[in-house]
Amino acid sequence: MRTGWPTVSMAAVSLLQVVGVLVGGPLLVGLMRTVRCRLEGRAGPPVRQPLYDLRKLARRERTTSDETSWMFPLAPLVLVGSIVVVAAIAPLLATDPAYGWSSDLFAVVFLLLLGSVALALGALDSGTAFGGMGASRAMTIGALSEPALLVAILALSVPAHSSNLPAIVTRSLGHPLWLATPERLLALVAFVIVIVAESGRLPVDNPTTHLELTMIHEAMVLEYSGTDLALIKLGESMRLAVLMALFADLFVPWGVATAPGPVHLALGLATTAAKVAALGVGLAVFEVAVAKLRLFRVPELLAGAFVLSVLAVLSALVVA
Amino acid sequence: MFSPVYDAERFGMRLEASPRHADGLLVTGPVTRNMADPLRRTFDAVPNPRVVVAVGDCARNCGVFRGAYGVEGSVADVVPVDLEIAGCPPDPATIITALRGLAGT
Amino acid sequence: MPAGPRHDHHGVAGPGRHVTSGLLVVTALVGVTASATGAMAPEKIRTHVSVALTIAACGCGFVLAAQVLHTGQIAVVHTTRLLPLSGLSMALDRFGALFVAVSAVVGICAMVFRLGYHGHGLSSRTASCILPLFVTTLLLVPAASNVTTLLFLWELMAVTSLLLVLIDHRRRSEVASAGQWYAVMTQFGAAALLVGLVLLTAHAGSQSFAAIAARSAYLPAWVRDSAFVLAVVGFGSKAGMVPLHVWLPRAHPEAPGPVSALMSAAMVNLGIYGIVRVGDGLLGGGPAWWWLLVMALGALSALFGSLHSATSSDLKRLLAYSTTDNVGLMLLGVGASGLFASTGHRALALVALVAALLHVVFHAVFKGSLFLSANSLQQATGTTDLDRMGGLLRRMPLTGTIFLVGGLAMAAMPVLCGFVSEWLLLQAMLHGLPSSDPAIAVAMPIGVGALALTGGLTALTIVKAAGIGLLGQPRSTGAAEAQEVGPSMRLGAGTLATLCLVFGVAPFLVVPSVVDAARSVTRTRIPDPLVGGWQVGLAGVHGALAPGLLALALLIAVALVAGARRVLQSTPARRTHAWGCGREFQTATMEYTATSFGEPLTRVFEDVLRPAHDLDVSHVAESRYYVEAARFHTSLDDAFERRAYRPASVGLGWWGALARRVPNGSIHRYLAFGLVALIVVLVVVG
Repeated sequence: MRTGWPTVSMAAVSLLQVVGVLVGGPLLVGLMRTVRCRLEGRAGPPVRQPLYDLRKLARRERTTSDETSWMFPLAPLVLVGSIVVVAAIAPLLATDPAYGWSSDLFAVVFLLLLGSVALALGALDSGTAFGGMGASRAMTIGALSEPALLVAILALSVPAHSSNLPAIVTRSLGHPLWLATPERLLALVAFVIVIVAESGRLPVDNPTTHLELTMIHEAMVLEYSGTDLALIKLGESMRLAVLMALFADLFVPWGVATAPGPVHLALGLATTAAKVAALGVGLAVFEVAVAKLRLFRVPELLAGAFVLSVLAVLSALVVA
Repeated sequence: MFSPVYDAERFGMRLEASPRHADGLLVTGPVTRNMADPLRRTFDAVPNPRVVVAVGDCARNCGVFRGAYGVEGSVADVVPVDLEIAGCPPDPATIITALRGLAGT
Repeated sequence: MPAGPRHDHHGVAGPGRHVTSGLLVVTALVGVTASATGAMAPEKIRTHVSVALTIAACGCGFVLAAQVLHTGQIAVVHTTRLLPLSGLSMALDRFGALFVAVSAVVGICAMVFRLGYHGHGLSSRTASCILPLFVTTLLLVPAASNVTTLLFLWELMAVTSLLLVLIDHRRRSEVASAGQWYAVMTQFGAAALLVGLVLLTAHAGSQSFAAIAARSAYLPAWVRDSAFVLAVVGFGSKAGMVPLHVWLPRAHPEAPGPVSALMSAAMVNLGIYGIVRVGDGLLGGGPAWWWLLVMALGALSALFGSLHSATSSDLKRLLAYSTTDNVGLMLLGVGASGLFASTGHRALALVALVAALLHVVFHAVFKGSLFLSANSLQQATGTTDLDRMGGLLRRMPLTGTIFLVGGLAMAAMPVLCGFVSEWLLLQAMLHGLPSSDPAIAVAMPIGVGALALTGGLTALTIVKAAGIGLLGQPRSTGAAEAQEVGPSMRLGAGTLATLCLVFGVAPFLVVPSVVDAARSVTRTRIPDPLVGGWQVGLAGVHGALAPGLLALALLIAVALVAGARRVLQSTPARRTHAWGCGREFQTATMEYTATSFGEPLTRVFEDVLRPAHDLDVSHVAESRYYVEAARFHTSLDDAFERRAYRPASVGLGWWGALARRVPNGSIHRYLAFGLVALIVVLVVVG
């Protein structure tokens, strides 16, 4: 069935991707935080600080409350597990067109949705008012960003005649001028908006707020502590890293390894890391510049993203 | 203390939204009767190992509010205190230095 | 080139003919016997005997369906003795067999559930007689092979289900109202169906489906168009398609437990069966506007249903609206299939139809488990109001888990079955593009957008239903004192939930049969469009999914993370009170309710939903500045009901009142009517 790379190579690539996202996620968050701090005129913590925080949190005590069921401790596991699977199957570092049986872009989207659903259920299990509030807001925003995301993926899949990620990436690699077409640019903007909404960054959600009534994602995790909290923070940073790597994969794929071999993989790793770092810095600068949107303005933003996606599909059809 | 002037965050210190996410409590002022139970519950909510830092003279020994009608006692009367920082009010730099001593950085 | 060792016996003669025909007869007879026994047996054994016989009938039906699907042998039964003038004629082909299999499985699980289900008057003689009859009609409708048989069985199904919905009408008044709506909508649909099928019969010259299918190409266009539209209206109203869905959210909450599961998981499927049978089977496909109509109605149903289920706080009403949502998705698939076929993409048409039929099967499984476990929750807590439930996952662990599994399958989460069918539907719509046909180029992105929005809203609905209903603290004494239900109820619901998991991981158990069924109704001979084995994939293009391997990867990942957590954590978890910002009490009233959970969504879609708010403030006698009591009431009703049905029923009432004044008892007036009518008839006939 598979005519491409040997299984061992693919397993090594998957492992490398998972480890890269595991370590790179917190580093990305640290980098973004440092950029923010420098722009605010202060030194800020070192870039490795999130890794120190995770190490500390992992050893702290876990608490569960009286009325929680098995959903509460399971939620962080499913959150991290789903993102680990996405990191393993998506062609972030290397693309092999024959490795097609599972890295479907729609499958990736549904896996990420599984993580969100698990976290929302865990938040509701805590039985607190803020858990419910965070779950409600996060699921509403997730529900409204789904159409923009899936239609943008449709726009990207149409020229490649497939929603298979390696196929899309391989086709992009072969057609460098593709980036400049209107459908790609429209899909790019829609994607950026959806990534900001899904990973809970400004202007949709402020990850560093202490005001509970302005929280969306933070409110869901107020009840978690210790190792569970470490897993959740890790999961969120991994989600950001994976989304950014996917974005780089889909829109700026040059540098992704197309042949097995340590040199190609090292090059792929370096270029992906550089791209994700650049995207992170860009997002951090953007975050400093904007203020958080009112909660009921966010659907308007997501509706705008949906309109852009539909325009992207229509222009893809006009061109094709 | 977390402003760009003193910037405690560069030593890895952060304010958290929930005691479940925190390593310890910074308590200022004397403990009034209404706040005694909330303080105990907050202390209970912090996961182990946890610290309590009493910041300022009022937290240490009620300061000028000693014996007032609404005051239950100092922080040490309600929860076990690990570190006291003197001052009325303590200088931000003093607080940061004391906390760094606690964390060992 | 036909695939595999399966032979397509299009003819009637074949070695297994007697077996399959015999099984069909046996199924019908056992079902009728079950009904008769239920009517006549003494009270002590009535339930058990009728349930046992009904399960036997479903078992026969399943074996029959499996046999037909496997061998392709059509089961034929024809008798002129039961129905005068036309005879009862049945021929079960692969397409019908798929629906019989689904009804049989859901029927067995519902009947097992029924054994433990108390209340709602199901133990009465009437119920024990009617319920097996209802199940039997569900098994026999897909086998009908002429118009009379179909209409007869259809009406029988409608009447029996109406009686079952009305079982409890003496105890509760809402039941009567729900029964009225259901009766009117059902008869309206049946009338549309009657007109459409009789039109076809009259012009084709024969009422057997085979004859109509053979002559359909020669019928005038207006006959084909009218018949199709009337079939969509008639079958669509049974399926719960917008705008004919208004009976669904009223009838399902009032129906007793197993009945609501059967209605949602087996009866609405027959609406889809009918539309495909008429559109593809009898009429052999048609112009693009037919299928665009079906797709538009499907998209509308999906969006409307998912929006209302996301903002509903009654559990069974939520599930009823989500049935409308899923029927919309099935119609999207059917419409896309017809659209592709009408423009010549036959392989893609087959894929789209397979996706729709796969969704029919999987919807039956997860909706059945959801309804059955919801009924268990209702029996244990005494309410279906989500705002009064909570903490049930701890008190009823198995039922809660079953509900969670069914719900996550509905939200198309990986590992479970709903994911596979939605993925296939997305693939079918994606591969239709780019297309030179403007209809396809516009319809497919809209279809994908509708599917995406409903997918997101369904995820929200399930988080709400499972999160508020099962998790957190109990919000009422009924929920706090809930006990786990009996073993038969758990077994019935649990079997369907297990099937959700099994089909999600190993869809190859079902996909080949579905492909055969789709092939048989569209009479295509193209090679198998789907790659089989561990994958679900489209032959010839890059597009594949290995659900089993994905499930395995997820399981391994979660296990690894759990292991890592166990290794990393230094002390076992401490059980303590929830953090309530230092407040003294953290009570259930401080938790989020289902209404508050859906509030942001209600606000976003305020123009569509138009919620009604009512605030009643009573002030202290001495001063208007002090409030003594305040009462807030918010309600959300169905837009179609408000804008279309209520004015229509007001108009009908006005018309009826007007008409009532005409016969005023004067014999001269009546004689005048007779004379005018006679003149009109003579003019028209002459």
